[in-house]
Amino acid sequence: VKALNFLIVGVGGQGTLLASNVLADVGVEAGFDVKKAEVHGMSQRGGSVNSHVRWGENVHSPVIADGEADVLVSLEKLETLRYLHMVRPAGKVFIGEFKIPPLTVSSGEDHYPEDDEISQAVCIRTDQVFWIRTLKLAEKAGTTRAHNVVMLGALSVFIPQVPENIWLKVIAERVPAKYIDINHHAFQLGRETQEILTKQK
Amino acid sequence: LKKLLSGNEAIARGAYESGVMLAAAYPGTPSTEILENITQFEEIYAEWSPNEKVALDVAIGGAYAGARSMAVMKHVGLNVAADSFFSASMTGAEAGLVLVCADDPAMHSSQNEQDNRRYCKFARIPCLEPVDSQSAKELVGEAFKISEAFDTPVMLRITTRIAHSHTLVELGDRKLGTRQPHEYHIDHRKYVMVPGNARRRHPVIENRISRLAEFAESFPYNKVEMGDEALGIITNGIAYQYAREVFPGSSFLRLGMTYPLPRRMIQEFADSVDRLIVVEELDPFIEEEIRLMGLEVEGKGIFPVVGEFSPRTIRKHAAGVGLTVDGRSADAELQPFTTDLPLRPPLLCPGCPHRGVFVVTNKLKLVVNGDIGCYTLGFLPPLSALDTCGCMGASIGVAHGVSKVGIKQKNVAVIGDSTFFHSGMSALLNTAYNRSDTVTIILDNRTTAMTGHQENPATGTTLAGETAIRVDFIKLARAMGIEHTYLVDPYDLKGTENALKKALEVDGPAVVIAERACALLPEARQDWIALRVDPEPCNGCGLCFMIGCPAILRSDQVDEKTGRHLAEIDPLLCTGCNICAQVCARGAIDTRDEVIALIEVER
Repeated sequence: VKALNFLIVGVGGQGTLLASNVLADVGVEAGFDVKKAEVHGMSQRGGSVNSHVRWGENVHSPVIADGEADVLVSLEKLETLRYLHMVRPAGKVFIGEFKIPPLTVSSGEDHYPEDDEISQAVCIRTDQVFWIRTLKLAEKAGTTRAHNVVMLGALSVFIPQVPENIWLKVIAERVPAKYIDINHHAFQLGRETQEILTKQK
Repeated sequence: LKKLLSGNEAIARGAYESGVMLAAAYPGTPSTEILENITQFEEIYAEWSPNEKVALDVAIGGAYAGARSMAVMKHVGLNVAADSFFSASMTGAEAGLVLVCADDPAMHSSQNEQDNRRYCKFARIPCLEPVDSQSAKELVGEAFKISEAFDTPVMLRITTRIAHSHTLVELGDRKLGTRQPHEYHIDHRKYVMVPGNARRRHPVIENRISRLAEFAESFPYNKVEMGDEALGIITNGIAYQYAREVFPGSSFLRLGMTYPLPRRMIQEFADSVDRLIVVEELDPFIEEEIRLMGLEVEGKGIFPVVGEFSPRTIRKHAAGVGLTVDGRSADAELQPFTTDLPLRPPLLCPGCPHRGVFVVTNKLKLVVNGDIGCYTLGFLPPLSALDTCGCMGASIGVAHGVSKVGIKQKNVAVIGDSTFFHSGMSALLNTAYNRSDTVTIILDNRTTAMTGHQENPATGTTLAGETAIRVDFIKLARAMGIEHTYLVDPYDLKGTENALKKALEVDGPAVVIAERACALLPEARQDWIALRVDPEPCNGCGLCFMIGCPAILRSDQVDEKTGRHLAEIDPLLCTGCNICAQVCARGAIDTRDEVIALIEVER
């Protein structure tokens, strides 16, 4: 690969930042120039959160231009739709099966889109859509909080040129020591399901 | 060794490597993490000052005493520190003095989009601007060198994108400045700004800025990168990175010093290209300077003054005036797929103690003058509890003014603990001195919450984690001559309402302190417990929805008589603050005590 643009999105408090930090560090370890952009502040309080990670030979802008994300990683289902216009045609979209209804949905004023509606909207842009059972698999690994690392495991299958041990090393550096095993397990579970699905295709 | 660092982390590293000995700041997005990162270096004395003016004065003191010193603030902080900024320009210092100032294009977390480069021209202070974390780190060192060589304060101006983007940085070692703190011995004709001395100093600073303009011609961070001569682009900061992607083959003059400008370099660059444009965020600052040189240049005629740039913004506007841009998906029709998605605006968190105060001010139908902090979010529906909010410390002065013109409604000021220390104290004194019926509610949540839990004079700790004083608000108010003071727990709605009613009836000023730790503080988290709704008494009246708590959800269950959806509580989000249980008219929400009793029984 010459360059890869990842957009990681979710809801404040979901661990979007950890996922993007790992992804950025993995890029550095793999020998790329890397830039990462996000905005801290108000958006963290249950707001919509996005983080841009760019790998390349020589990256200028830390921000990905609209329509140029090679990969959209959405840790929350609804957020996929909010950032779909960022994905390039035929880009890959990873959707974590995690639902956080906004206040207007819980109060009954707004509608939370069904999975079918999300799939239909994504299909207009790309047929490369991967639904990941992030919560289920993270629970199996030991804690639902590791859903973001499950997602990274699934994503890693599509970047074969980066060896697995780089991912495991970076994850170990980025999570508290007592949670390394759980997170490594979560990463493996994400990686395995995706490998199986890819082979079936 | 190369590391991925945010601009803020890189500036902290730059402070360490350039031998900074003192750093002072008031927290403010997007600049907060600079001081938080500086604390890892034991060699640097670092503090949260009560406000930006104090922080800058502290840094000025350090530099007067011969130590490289740095003050850090967000853009609007310089409005507070402006007085010190201008006088420091007049005096200069004995060692390097650098102000790091973070502008916030797009107002991700601010009330305006002021462009602080204007302050540099205003005060005759040079302005340096990085394009990534590496140059941010290097420019800290350059700023100190310039500061000492020209006897001037220097501004390092960053924007939110530079502050919060991570790029690779080569780490270096700490090198101390050539000057070191010595016996305090300075020239009083230079440092006492009485008119006689100031008249002697003014020509000195005008001469200084001319010499700096000459220096700018050879400053290596002002750099020409020639490409296709059809289009020449003068640019700065993050806009440089975007422009490089949109115009990959064009010629560039990248400015690392945007005030004063290298006029000869600009003239030569202009002469060597067919068409000259300036790509800069916010004000046409560079553009205006170039126009004053009599050169033909385009800038804000093409690109917006408002908001933050992105590669897309630049591409769209450039294509609109016929400039050749890199064509990758330059399609303007790339719109978001669904426009009517439910939004996720920032909200008061579940368990936020401010909620209790706003439920009561709403019940009493008070006019509420607000201030800057998490509680500003109380203006959002369904609470809609704030009527005004301008800037730091404004609430009390505004409330005092309102009460002096004889309006009929009762009005109050709400202000957080840290904001009160920042610029509310002198306004509170005014309610006593120029006696008004103003009721000031100090929302003491034991931390500076909005910027991510920083220490302040009421938390009992310092930035370095050392034990400190804990200001007693009641004693402070009494010392100012305010007799009527009330201490309440905002989780106790009845108690808060009673105290507020008493305060409103007082003849003269009163202070209500609503004390309860932010629910997100580690010690508060230990008390989290989820409440529950009993579906029997609940009839879906919706009163609990009106407190705007993200933990209260609309259940799928419908009341048979009323046809309304019942309420339910998300056990993952609820902290058990008990506010909803007190609001419910039918006792349908088990109170905190009841839930605790139930848990004991289940055990």
